[in-house]
Amino acid sequence: MIPAPFDYVAPSTVDEAVRALVDAGEDAKVIAGGQSLLPVLRMRLAAPTTLVDLGRIAELRGVREDGDALVIGSMTTHYDVQRDPLIGEHAALLARATDTVADPQVRHRGTFGGSIAHADPAGDLLAPALALDAEMLVAGPAGRRTVPAADFFDDFFTTAMSPEEILVEVRVPKHTGWHAHYEKFNRVAQAWSMVAVAATVRTEGGTIAEARVGLTNMASVPVRARGVEQALVGQAATPETIRAAAEHAAEGTNPTVDGNADVEYRQQLARVLTGRAISAAMAG
Amino acid sequence: MRITVTVDGTSYTDDVEPRTLLVHHLRERLGKVGTVVGCDTSNCGACTVHLDGHSVKSCSVLAVQADGCEVTTVEGLARDGTLHPVQQAFHDNHALQCGFCTPGMIMQSIDLLADNPDPDEQAVREGIEGNLCRCTGYQNIVRAVQDAAHHMRPGAGPEAERVAGVDQATGSRAASSVGGGGE
Repeated sequence: MIPAPFDYVAPSTVDEAVRALVDAGEDAKVIAGGQSLLPVLRMRLAAPTTLVDLGRIAELRGVREDGDALVIGSMTTHYDVQRDPLIGEHAALLARATDTVADPQVRHRGTFGGSIAHADPAGDLLAPALALDAEMLVAGPAGRRTVPAADFFDDFFTTAMSPEEILVEVRVPKHTGWHAHYEKFNRVAQAWSMVAVAATVRTEGGTIAEARVGLTNMASVPVRARGVEQALVGQAATPETIRAAAEHAAEGTNPTVDGNADVEYRQQLARVLTGRAISAAMAG
Repeated sequence: MRITVTVDGTSYTDDVEPRTLLVHHLRERLGKVGTVVGCDTSNCGACTVHLDGHSVKSCSVLAVQADGCEVTTVEGLARDGTLHPVQQAFHDNHALQCGFCTPGMIMQSIDLLADNPDPDEQAVREGIEGNLCRCTGYQNIVRAVQDAAHHMRPGAGPEAERVAGVDQATGSRAASSVGGGGE
């Protein structure tokens, strides 16, 4: 199928992109890698009047170190995130989650920032970004501002960004040497997560010193499993403590009901997958 | 909008509507009908081509996004009547039933072998997870990819689209890195 007609602009700087969005008005849409947007346009579930393509803005690509954080350009592809040595060393949780996104072709085109800004609750990079206390740098007509991940995701496909703002980069505090795993449950290849768990843990000796756990698709936005984190800290990483901590995973969650799963099933998945994620992280 | 795209070694300049999908541009404007459309959902991978050396689903790329880029389709793999090693392996291992998924399967398999020249069965299955075979003929497809890997080592992958000694000035990849195409 063929999308409805639209105007297309491909600016070469962030400022030009923001200006293009302002000029095009409320029916403009940003296209990053296009791996979610183009199917939607083809099915004519959306018909923006103008597409503003961020693909020609060089400054939006790449990963760099900045003190105690990594800075990931919003247009860095999943493929590049997977292979980036800085991410492997300082944010392994992101690498593991990115490995599970869609399929190789989509990972070549799809972008880290596009996934974050799209804010699909089943998207695999939201919960890791939340768990790692990432911060989003967004640019708009009034300048640039930083939004913590905890304040960024408002609802299904809805973020704190206004329609005239674009995501420039994501700042991720270094989690050097942390164990990490992303445990995803779906039924067929390249399907969205029914539920997934992002877990990363720092150990001292045999004891868990810090733990961060994020849940995918357990609400309209990614959520932290604070009860699990608190139950893990200070404990030896034994199968018993992990199992006991994982029992807290579904506390306070309000997952969507759809054709795949009801609330109870998703909450059970959250507990089971949390146990698996922490165990796999510790083994990795 | 005027775009220039190099497809299978030839540069084409055309005026296209922004909404034109790359796959439609390839098939309907440039006549590259070896690349097929299998679904409307981006699931099936039948339309897989290489865009600047990496596999993409050409139904999920706008033609205008490919402006200035280099595209390789399944039609650009054979050289002087000699099949690409992955094409040959699909032939030798009967890695197709109806054949509809084959162009995409071959293009994705070449991409997989670029990243992993010696994949085990699990790695092959994960590497082609974005490609669906409606005949469910995966067994021989996996066998063909591993067979091709044995014939192409070392240095398989999109580089094999460039045959040593063949001068194609438009490319960005080095002809000297070829291992498979010229065998």
